[in-house]
Amino acid sequence: MNKILLVIKREYFARVKKKSFLLVTLLTPLLFPSILGVFLWIAMNERESEALRIIEVVDENNLFRMESSDQYAFSYSNRDREEAKDLVKSGDRYGFLYIPKIALDHPSGIMYYTDKNPSMAMLAHLESALKRKIEEIRLFDSGIDPNIIAELRTNVYVQAVTLDNAGEEKASNAVVNYILGFIAGILIYMFIFIYGNQIMQGVIEEKSSRIIEILISSIKPFQLMTGKIIGIGLVGLSQFLIWIILISGISALVMGYFGMMMPQQQALEMSNPNAGQILETSAGEMGQYLKVIQDIDFFKLVLTFVFYFIGGYLLYGAFFAAIGAAVDTPSDAQQFMFPVTIPLIVAYFGLFVFVLDDPNSNISFWLSIIPFTSPIAMMGRASYGVPFFDLALSMGLLILGFFFTTWMAGKIYRIGILVHGSKVNYGTLWRWLKTA
Amino acid sequence: MTQILEVHSLSKSYGNNPALIDINLSVEKGIIFGLLGPNGAGKTTLIRIINQIIEADSGEVKINNKILNPEHIKNIGYLPEERGLYKKMKVGEQLLYFAQLKGLRASEAKQRVKYWTEKLDISAWKDKRIEDLSKGMAQKIQFIATVIHEPELLILDEPFSGFDPVNAELIKDEIIDLKNKGTSVILSTHRMESVNLLCDHIAMINKAKKVLDGTVEEIRQLSRKNLFELKLRLGSESFPPHWIKQPSAGQDTKFHIMLNGGTTNQLLQEALTYGEVLSFEEIIPSIGEIFIQLAKDTDHE
Repeated sequence: MNKILLVIKREYFARVKKKSFLLVTLLTPLLFPSILGVFLWIAMNERESEALRIIEVVDENNLFRMESSDQYAFSYSNRDREEAKDLVKSGDRYGFLYIPKIALDHPSGIMYYTDKNPSMAMLAHLESALKRKIEEIRLFDSGIDPNIIAELRTNVYVQAVTLDNAGEEKASNAVVNYILGFIAGILIYMFIFIYGNQIMQGVIEEKSSRIIEILISSIKPFQLMTGKIIGIGLVGLSQFLIWIILISGISALVMGYFGMMMPQQQALEMSNPNAGQILETSAGEMGQYLKVIQDIDFFKLVLTFVFYFIGGYLLYGAFFAAIGAAVDTPSDAQQFMFPVTIPLIVAYFGLFVFVLDDPNSNISFWLSIIPFTSPIAMMGRASYGVPFFDLALSMGLLILGFFFTTWMAGKIYRIGILVHGSKVNYGTLWRWLKTA
Repeated sequence: MTQILEVHSLSKSYGNNPALIDINLSVEKGIIFGLLGPNGAGKTTLIRIINQIIEADSGEVKINNKILNPEHIKNIGYLPEERGLYKKMKVGEQLLYFAQLKGLRASEAKQRVKYWTEKLDISAWKDKRIEDLSKGMAQKIQFIATVIHEPELLILDEPFSGFDPVNAELIKDEIIDLKNKGTSVILSTHRMESVNLLCDHIAMINKAKKVLDGTVEEIRQLSRKNLFELKLRLGSESFPPHWIKQPSAGQDTKFHIMLNGGTTNQLLQEALTYGEVLSFEEIIPSIGEIFIQLAKDTDHE
């Protein structure tokens, strides 16, 4: 036990003391908010600096008065088609919208001319504006005042409430749960891959530099392997902890700064006559989100996350160690990576395609129960709340799975670390597994 | 004499290939024991079993009369044939780590590191990383890592391979020094020249079997073939037909003569009749020659 502790200590400090660790640990959290900040900055500058895009309109019906927005202005100067096209060609107009005489019940033949490929957003903007206009006109023609329709329009929000066995009611919201599950699943996926690879590299280093024989004349291979996996896991946990603290700190700073820089948008909303209504509904929705977030049992969620975070890492860590022991160089390791990457990728895609979409479906159940996919898949369910039985079964199986993979990996590891220079394939691994 | 190590009918095979067949050995305390044999004979397998790196199929190993167990790790210092160190780790930290892995307390380990780095004159390098050191320097550190816990039994697999002559000499002196302090040493090698000078006792393994076991003197005596070299100034051109003439310079003639049942005195008397005897000496093969002969013999079997 003492010796495992020694190995853990060495593995931990050998990595933490490296300059590259310090660099990556400090720079990564700066990177994400910086990229975010740069995007926000560019977006804001673009809004400000960009000239209004003027679109010439030729309307043969004399019906459509398009409303200008912050980005687009519509000009009506009674030109004919050819003249308007020339305006676009010469660059005086951003684009040219041609509306031929149309039947309102099935409008067709509307054209938009521009010297660049129009963006989807641009076309969608035009289409919805025209659609709205035509609808208004048709409503009016049928004797209905569009203003009445606008007044009758109502916002409906359905509050989802989860009932548990004890009869307790909890507000739930798919969006919040989705985001939580999404982030947690990806974090676990990344953690397994990044630090699993470090385990593999570490084992290959000890093997190829021939330290291994000295080591295992002093310590059992299994102890060495376990110590290495735990040591590197602690490095990862430390790194993630620092990242979480730094990212949330810096993000808060960045968001705070840009939040203050955006008063004009709020002012715009205020000046809008409908703003009050909009704000009310959005505040209501915000309130719902807050209620959902308050109702999530974060203590339980964090515990679940930590369990699967560590459990998943340990389960796969042993595999990475075995692969490292079986090969002489990292490039040889490629051929053995499939059994590790396939279930991880299945879990990863399963999380998006099935679990987050419907956490209670059969496939979600199985993905979150099988130990090889459960660390990632279960996080997609955890935020929605998982029945105790499912959680207990999944956790129990993960622990069993961890013992099983470690036992298996230990066998391969023990023999592999002493084998040099011979080609190892799956058959060889199988033989090693069978011996003693 | 007490034994530090006893090996009883030890066998080990990898799949269908036997690596060791029924090996028996006994190593006395305080001697240097030479374990000889060509590459692939099974030496490293035997050493790995003693170091508890791999397990034997059958047979037993005893250290200080106790069946091999994890407690023995701290009694053994092992320098494998293939060796290395953590390249990114500092010399001092590395030695400390290996010493602690062998079971030393941190404070004790620190003292030993200090003692050995001063003894081998490398204390100035304590804070350097291995990758920044010369190969010779790294080898010294490797040796310190092997002996730092002051093991009772030192097992050195091809200790001089990879060492430059200066360091090899230095390490040899350290080995003798350790022996004089009471450490028992097992020295495994396929290079004979180091053996005649260092070893008190020799065992030879070839093709997984022990083919020879004894003190250096015993083995040489055993390998006597009653062959003598006679150097004389011939009185005439004639000599007995079983005398085999050897090429020699000058007027003196060298013969190799087998003593066929007679005594040396009878041979000498016969020789006197043919001329003036200059020298008369028994031919005893060197360990190297015995080794090569034995290896050939067992290969033919």
